[in-house]
Amino acid sequence: MANIELRGVEKKFGDVFAVKPLDLTIKDGEFIVLLGPSGCGKTTTLRMISGLEAVTVGQILLDGRDVTWLHPSERDIAFVFQFFALYSHMSARDNIAFPLQAAGMARHEVKERVAQVAALLRIDHILDRKPGALSGGDQQRVALARALVRRPAAFLMDEPLGALDAEFRETMRAEIKKLHLAQHATTVYVTHDQIEAMAMGDRIVIMSAAVVQQVGTPTEVYHNPANLFVARFIGSPGMNLVKAKVEPDGARLPGGGLAPISDRWRRALEGSGLEDGSVVLGFRPEAVQVHDGGALRAGVYADDLHGGYTMLHLELADGEIIHGRAARDAMNALGSAVRFDLDPDMMRFFNPETEMAILS
Amino acid sequence: MSDVRLENISKRFGDTLALEGISLHIHDDEFFVLLGPTGAGKTTTLRVIAGLEKQDDGHVYLDDRLMDGAQPADRDVAFVFQQYSLYPNMSVYDNLAFPLRSPLRRLPEGEIRQRVTGAAEKLRITHLLERKTARLSGGEMQRVSIGRAIVRQPRIFLMDEPLSNLDAKLRESLRVELKHLQKTQGSTTLFVTHDQIEALTMADRIAVLDQGKIIQNGTPFDIYDRPATTFVAQMVGTPRINLIAAEWQDGAYRTPGAALSFARQNGAAAEKVLVGVRPEDVRPGAGDFRGEVMLVEPLGVETILHIRTGEITLLCVVSGLSSIQLGEVLSFGFAVERLHFFDMNGRRL
Amino acid sequence: MANVANAPRQKVVISTRVDKVSTGARVTSSVRAAIAVIVALIMLIPVAWMAMTAFKTRPDAVAVPPKVFFEPSFEGFVSLLTSRRQLTNDEIAVYQQRTDLGWADQIALIRGQAITGPSAFPRQLLNSLIISGVSTVFSVGFGVLSAYAFSRFPVPGKDDLLFFILSQRMLPPVVVTIPIFLMYRQVGLHDTHIGMVLLYTAFNLSFSVWLLKGFIDEIPREYEEAAMVDGYTRLQAFRRIVLPQATTGIAATTVFSLIFSWNEYAFALMLTSDAARTAPPSIPLVLGTGGIEWAAIAAGSLAFLIPVVIITFLLRKHLLRGVTFGAIRKG
Repeated sequence: MANIELRGVEKKFGDVFAVKPLDLTIKDGEFIVLLGPSGCGKTTTLRMISGLEAVTVGQILLDGRDVTWLHPSERDIAFVFQFFALYSHMSARDNIAFPLQAAGMARHEVKERVAQVAALLRIDHILDRKPGALSGGDQQRVALARALVRRPAAFLMDEPLGALDAEFRETMRAEIKKLHLAQHATTVYVTHDQIEAMAMGDRIVIMSAAVVQQVGTPTEVYHNPANLFVARFIGSPGMNLVKAKVEPDGARLPGGGLAPISDRWRRALEGSGLEDGSVVLGFRPEAVQVHDGGALRAGVYADDLHGGYTMLHLELADGEIIHGRAARDAMNALGSAVRFDLDPDMMRFFNPETEMAILS
Repeated sequence: MSDVRLENISKRFGDTLALEGISLHIHDDEFFVLLGPTGAGKTTTLRVIAGLEKQDDGHVYLDDRLMDGAQPADRDVAFVFQQYSLYPNMSVYDNLAFPLRSPLRRLPEGEIRQRVTGAAEKLRITHLLERKTARLSGGEMQRVSIGRAIVRQPRIFLMDEPLSNLDAKLRESLRVELKHLQKTQGSTTLFVTHDQIEALTMADRIAVLDQGKIIQNGTPFDIYDRPATTFVAQMVGTPRINLIAAEWQDGAYRTPGAALSFARQNGAAAEKVLVGVRPEDVRPGAGDFRGEVMLVEPLGVETILHIRTGEITLLCVVSGLSSIQLGEVLSFGFAVERLHFFDMNGRRL
Repeated sequence: MANVANAPRQKVVISTRVDKVSTGARVTSSVRAAIAVIVALIMLIPVAWMAMTAFKTRPDAVAVPPKVFFEPSFEGFVSLLTSRRQLTNDEIAVYQQRTDLGWADQIALIRGQAITGPSAFPRQLLNSLIISGVSTVFSVGFGVLSAYAFSRFPVPGKDDLLFFILSQRMLPPVVVTIPIFLMYRQVGLHDTHIGMVLLYTAFNLSFSVWLLKGFIDEIPREYEEAAMVDGYTRLQAFRRIVLPQATTGIAATTVFSLIFSWNEYAFALMLTSDAARTAPPSIPLVLGTGGIEWAAIAAGSLAFLIPVVIITFLLRKHLLRGVTFGAIRKG
């Protein structure tokens, strides 16, 4: 098992940065997720750790050993690809045994190891089938088994659930995480799906435009996003973000309503040096509390059932749409007016110029 | 007025039966969703209505007129495809104007301009009108596709998974916009999807399809709260419903692999049943059962707990961030009035 | 899902570390470019030699060692485009006194000949143009229609039919020349434009159906279906939507068909004699008196090359994509 350290690692393709200088320490046994939209540099970062891509500048250390210029095979890591990369002419068993045979391991030992890992992933019954005859979920299980069987120092996974149907994805998500809990191997996991990242990551590294936006636990990135990008990207839907003005009695929303601010935030906002009190106010859908005595008003733009709850889409006086989570029987007629309050503890503020969060 | 009726539609492709006796009635102004897995026959149904595919059996009525022999062009329906339906050699404006310039309509250019700009405003794509379609993002393309349907003012909008090629954020916002548009325009819409969230959030009514047959037809609440089969129960809701096999023993349904028991609900009289419990109906903290937390998935707005009891792992959703830790042993109960009972063939009891 | 396993796509590519030595990479790529230019130049030598020979006089053309520098002359072109008569020494003397001679006559006179009229070559070139042009239009036109049908409709026995169509192309032309010659003589198509157009169209059609079907398969059918739902008939949708998108394929097929029928030799030799004779069989026959007229042959080849070069040049933008078709697959 190993820790991984990236020191000032960057990657340029020609003059374009794929990854801007990045420092990151991944602790032994940690499950870390690189999250971001396509083209943000997360896969490139993963590939640099694996050695499939060379760094332009910087150092990569595995357990304190400089591996920056080592060939992938010399790094003692395993890579799981999105499209499984199984050898179609070999049975699942041979696929799994392949890396061990490459290392010249004795036959009986190979057999033993394959049996172990197959039991762990519950794929014993499909070992003799060819990949073509397996479902997507089973193919990915075989691919995982092939990675696991080597007992590498670290696992690198590049959107391993991306090619699976929704129904398999949820199950496999839990399986991979349980596997990690059982093995505690250092894992770097790349995804563009924020739900996957939240559900699986011990910590999440959120990237956009080749730059790391925030590194934090799921709770941190959800409740205290470092900037507007993270606020929008995490959550489904993302954080509501509206232009507001800080006044003595609270935050003035577009279209007039006044939302009270807690003392803690009042102090933080006073110290933030904002010129005319203009801020971006952010709040999660669950901070919206619809009730008849609410101080704020909006019209119902649309509402929809999500199974266990209803999502209200409310139109503020200036046409801005915000989302609020409500009880599942709270269906309102389209266009009708509703009143609501915002939970003062769940309000967050951002500097409209720098787009960075104001810290309390 | 627009009103679509399918009577007993069947369709074969070679040896496979794609549709088997599909009957549907879509009312004026209704947002109707066909929900089902890949290969269920959703798209085929849509194509039969559009006239792009000819049914082997049964009838299609549009506004009570029999349409079985009519060409696609004569049916006055609009089709929004999953992808690839904007003409790459034309500008956005020409794409939107294309249906209005068809030999069937041949509207004067003045009126075309009016309708195109009107639709563009509604979809907020006015700034894109002069662009070539190849230079649009996925979301913009799909908006233009929808715009091309709107300018026609057709009897019915047929939409074939129009959101499924977009990324999650975009899908979310277009979903809301589409629903708002449909409600304010009052346009009859038949929407095909395999995404249960799209179905639940947008539909007035949902028909769940599987292997060419309609399994259940009802409002989102009907489908979610009273699923007709285990298939439907598993199809809607995320995380998925827990299905637990139980046997009648000593005055309750008990599970062989775990110490769970469920009181008999009215009507459920079988010896062996499958009990369906939605994850939000598993209530940790208080209750008669105990289990160990095997996995915690904090999604921010809610937290998914995997609770192991005996040989069974139950999924449980609690709102917000949970203080429950991995490995914790806790007691839990069920929202008894919201349990679902199915017979061993998966039919609701 | 099933065949995903067979194809490790995208991410599996193990990148080489060229970026680590980026200056080296730049050198490599310029070396590559230089090699490509050199190869292209070597390939062009015969063509260049031909073009040079066309402007040589007869002695220059056969000079040993070959002359790279020479005084250009139109002698080859005059020999190619005219028929001439050998003059006696007396006549030469008379001619040399005349002042009403055109520049062509003077060139002929240098070799002691007088021009008696135009040769058959211009007409043969015209025949080539007509026959290959019309047959190309037909084979591409019918080809695009039947390729569309094969691509879009459930044609019974589609795969077999497509194979049969292609197998026609496997036949060496020589094998069928005699039967076709006999047939054509019977029905009066021998040495007619129609006969040759018919033959070339038939020959090219198989090829163009195959090529075009590939291109049309690549055009998503949703485009036409959208147009049909929008109020257009299938034919209108085909014309307005499919054809504009198939231009690349049509251009590539056009050039290939044209080159085939333009260059075709065996059939033309057997099935034409005079009225419909095309250029290929006659160029090598521009034999003058007393030896091979290399300059004339080269001039004929050059004249023959030019139309194809022009068309290929006009369509080059489409061709570049068309030729690499199949190598590029959309992920």
